[in-house]
Amino acid sequence: MARKVSIGRKVGFTALAWTLGCLMFFPIFWMMLTGFKTEVGAIASPPQFFFTPTLESYKDVIEQSNYMRFVMNSIIIAGGSTLLALVVAIPSAWSMAFSPTKHTKDVLMWMLSTKMMPPVGVLVPLYLMLQYFGLLDTRTGLVIIMMLINLPIIIWMLFTYFKEIPSEILEASRMDGAVLWKEIVYVLLPMALPGIASTLLLNLILAWNESFWTLNLTASNAATLTQFISSFSSPQGLFFAKLSAASTMAIGPIMVLGWFSQKQLVTGLTFGAVK
Amino acid sequence: MATKHTKTLSRLMNLPAIGLLFIWMIVPLTMAIYYSFQRYNLLKPDQRGFAGWFNYEFFITDPAFVAAIINTIVLVGGVLLITIIGGVLLGLLLNQAIVGRGIVRILFISPFFVMPTVAALVWKNMLMHPIYGMFAEIARFFGGTPIDFFATIPLLSIVIIVTWQWLPFATLILLTALQSLDQEQQEAADMDGASAFAKFRYITLPHLARAMTVVALIETIFLLSIFAEIKVTTNGGPGTDTTNLPYLVFSRALQHFDVGGASAGGIIAVILANIVAIFLIRAVGKNLEA
Repeated sequence: MARKVSIGRKVGFTALAWTLGCLMFFPIFWMMLTGFKTEVGAIASPPQFFFTPTLESYKDVIEQSNYMRFVMNSIIIAGGSTLLALVVAIPSAWSMAFSPTKHTKDVLMWMLSTKMMPPVGVLVPLYLMLQYFGLLDTRTGLVIIMMLINLPIIIWMLFTYFKEIPSEILEASRMDGAVLWKEIVYVLLPMALPGIASTLLLNLILAWNESFWTLNLTASNAATLTQFISSFSSPQGLFFAKLSAASTMAIGPIMVLGWFSQKQLVTGLTFGAVK
Repeated sequence: MATKHTKTLSRLMNLPAIGLLFIWMIVPLTMAIYYSFQRYNLLKPDQRGFAGWFNYEFFITDPAFVAAIINTIVLVGGVLLITIIGGVLLGLLLNQAIVGRGIVRILFISPFFVMPTVAALVWKNMLMHPIYGMFAEIARFFGGTPIDFFATIPLLSIVIIVTWQWLPFATLILLTALQSLDQEQQEAADMDGASAFAKFRYITLPHLARAMTVVALIETIFLLSIFAEIKVTTNGGPGTDTTNLPYLVFSRALQHFDVGGASAGGIIAVILANIVAIFLIRAVGKNLEA
């Protein structure tokens, strides 16, 4: 079955793929490297590839009074909104996957269509609403907004995974007299857990990097890492080494999670259309 | 009886999600429509009143609006075009027998997980900066003059950054789709003496159609609301050169505190997005049936 691949072809493709891959990764690599330089070293010309690494910039960033608050805000907002959305989405996806009606497809499409509403369309009303309820620049406000933002995609992903579970198994357990909650806890949940985990992982990544609502609805109190990094955009605050150190810490954990979720990313973000 | 009971229950289980999304869709949108017909500036709260179509007229006749529409189309269209074509090519490359494919894949996919503010600032300052940037260094090394990216080609610079973020996504999806390509069909075509191009045109491309539609849909959802990349690099400038529709509405809302005007702009953005959505959702719906 496997076709013979000539050595020359293999070497050529390997070299090309590695070259392009390294180019693609270079901005991240360069950022990581710069984080270990001094501010003077960071703007040295010609650029330094070999130097004595220092943790000075990391220390500076972490010792900033608010840094831990940004980290906590990011964790609470990304994690909280994802968990809350799962609580609403799991029953919804469950019911559509296992007792579909003739409207199920329309409902799913409608849910997806709410995602097509551009955030700017509702920026003003949401801003005023949060302001009215005193939720502007609060974690609670952001958790609620981000939960609603991601809900349609979460339902879609779960639906895609749940649909793969053979419904005969559920019927069998019903025949054996399992009541609904037992059916859910002992039969459905173990089979659905991988799908739920994938959805959780993927949405954590999306929510962590979300930058429209976090930039517009937070200022200081609920400011996330996206907001913190954007504070480096002012000309006075521009320090390449510190920017690099802060950025590396902000994206590091999520990027590693991402590496392990490539497969889930494909299935999840294409609604199971590509596997 | 049990089945009927289960069915009712399962309807109930779907209610919270439907209810929440319904409120999420209706309430802010209704408010936006209401505000869009109001003269309402947060700095002059006493001058509130019915404004008729004034806000829409004002927003549409603003020269920045035409610029924003064009910039939005260039940004979304440009990135879509590059990432899908690039994604197919890179997918084909990564689908070959490559030494260390797992690591190469990680190198390629990583930019997708970089948060927009980080991507934009790292590119702007450490790569594209006319004095300290890597590109300037390379240009000087070869005796050329460094380009001041954000002064001379601001929109293209944004397109480059956003492409860097989304090319990995397109590549990964299209690569996955390629991996499910039927090998036997390929071999049959080989035996019939089909050229490489013919195989690509008549076997590979149709096989990829579905994945390409989905990539286009997902990317469009996210690209239509590109905001952070512009906010931290150019603030929509110079002039209105990099102002897209989201940025224009943001600027009316949170920089001019013009509730009415920003709402009108928001509603226009919703209408335009829906026109795009109708086509895309239809395409996806058709593909998902299969």
